[in-house]
Amino acid sequence: MSAHDPGAELLIPADTPVHRLAPQCKVAATFLFVLAVALTPGGVFWPYAWYLVLVAVVAAVAQLPPLMLLRRLVVEVPFLLFVLALPFLGEPPDVDVLGLGLSVVGLQAATAIALKATFGLLATGVLAATTPLPEIIAGLERLRVPPLFTAVAGFMVRYTEVLLSELGRLRTARACRGGDTRWLWQARDIAGTVGALFVRSFERGERVALAMASRGYTGTMPDALSGTAAGRQAWAGALAVPLLAALATVGAVVL
Amino acid sequence: MHIPDGFVTAPLAATGAAVAVAGLAVCTRQAGKQSTERQVPLAGLAAAFFLVLQAPIIPISVGTSGHLLGGTLAVALLGPWFGPVVITVVTVVQTLFTGAGGLSVLGVNLVNLALVPAVVGYPVLLGLRRLLAGVRGCGTHAGTAIACGVAASVSVVTASVLFTAEYAVGGAAGVPLRTVAVSTIGVYAVVAVFEGIVTALVIRALLALRADLVQVAPEHQDTEQAP
Repeated sequence: MSAHDPGAELLIPADTPVHRLAPQCKVAATFLFVLAVALTPGGVFWPYAWYLVLVAVVAAVAQLPPLMLLRRLVVEVPFLLFVLALPFLGEPPDVDVLGLGLSVVGLQAATAIALKATFGLLATGVLAATTPLPEIIAGLERLRVPPLFTAVAGFMVRYTEVLLSELGRLRTARACRGGDTRWLWQARDIAGTVGALFVRSFERGERVALAMASRGYTGTMPDALSGTAAGRQAWAGALAVPLLAALATVGAVVL
Repeated sequence: MHIPDGFVTAPLAATGAAVAVAGLAVCTRQAGKQSTERQVPLAGLAAAFFLVLQAPIIPISVGTSGHLLGGTLAVALLGPWFGPVVITVVTVVQTLFTGAGGLSVLGVNLVNLALVPAVVGYPVLLGLRRLLAGVRGCGTHAGTAIACGVAASVSVVTASVLFTAEYAVGGAAGVPLRTVAVSTIGVYAVVAVFEGIVTALVIRALLALRADLVQVAPEHQDTEQAP
């Protein structure tokens, strides 16, 4: 295994139909599933139970341990802290909970936001656990995402780990010299770290570019790396999941 | 600044998506015209750089809240075409893999985060740089750094005002507009000051170290055009 193997810590290797499925089908299915969940109207909560069933079935077919999927949800916590404010800031009518006057609309909005973000993470968690990141990028290419975006995304996923460890070293060095970035007047320290990290990343980028150019890179990856077309059966199997999810979404809109 | 699902209405989300696709199509075409073989790897490394800086697990910023948005920094480093592309890739990955912002409102988020720095920040940056070049005692490097910093602050404030306007047109979270306006613009006014200082200091440091890595370095002045 190479020194930087992006997404390896998210991947759970196994030989299941979900793992074997062409990446472009999985990427499209994940995207559409998350979109179907995102479009669920406010104030209705039964579709989320159906979405959970769908995710659970796919995860079971892919033989993913449920705990691992749940552990991934930790990353959404910082982004969701603000939803805690919604019940306090929302419009009346208010409901009394443990002596606190909470807005009903705000509570519903906060719950929906948290649920939608959670299902987004569960779906991409299944995708990342069954598909290596380079294959996800190849799948995006086959879905006709402009090559500029896939190229940039490809470099990004391959080098994030490298930059994280680089940043770790810079922070250690800074701490050794008594640096502590906590307050606004220490912005200089932060800027120094950011600047150094940037120069180091760009110089690495220059070396990578030279190495690629010397191996014949002309702006696109060779066709051999972007996989093969998927059959009708693969598409049907993959798209069944978002389709079933969309049924609940449409049902929630109509009912 | 990442708007979550259900925070705005569907028509607004669709409008945002249309604007984002149109803007990014222009950026992609222009970037494709200008790109040399070394620029794509650089843009990719820049994307990794912004992703690392914005990762919430790294307390690199003031206190625990807020992080570098970096839109204007990206535009200053990579130009008005590659900058939005890089921020777009970062935002899409954050949306899909960290739960930051909703997929259905991705277009609106991209307009605020990726396009505003190019459309508002970049002209401000170029105008200020020209203005400061005439000021005595203000070297070209310092002038460029200050121009970048002010442009970054202006972009952040513009994005927060734009978000409030978007919420006024199609808000759906059940929070009164006045509360949203006061809390968003208030918080982001502070973020804007920090963003401006850090952007200016980073540009200043880079101009001293590797001026060739900064697109808006004084030497490039004649080849630049506002979007």
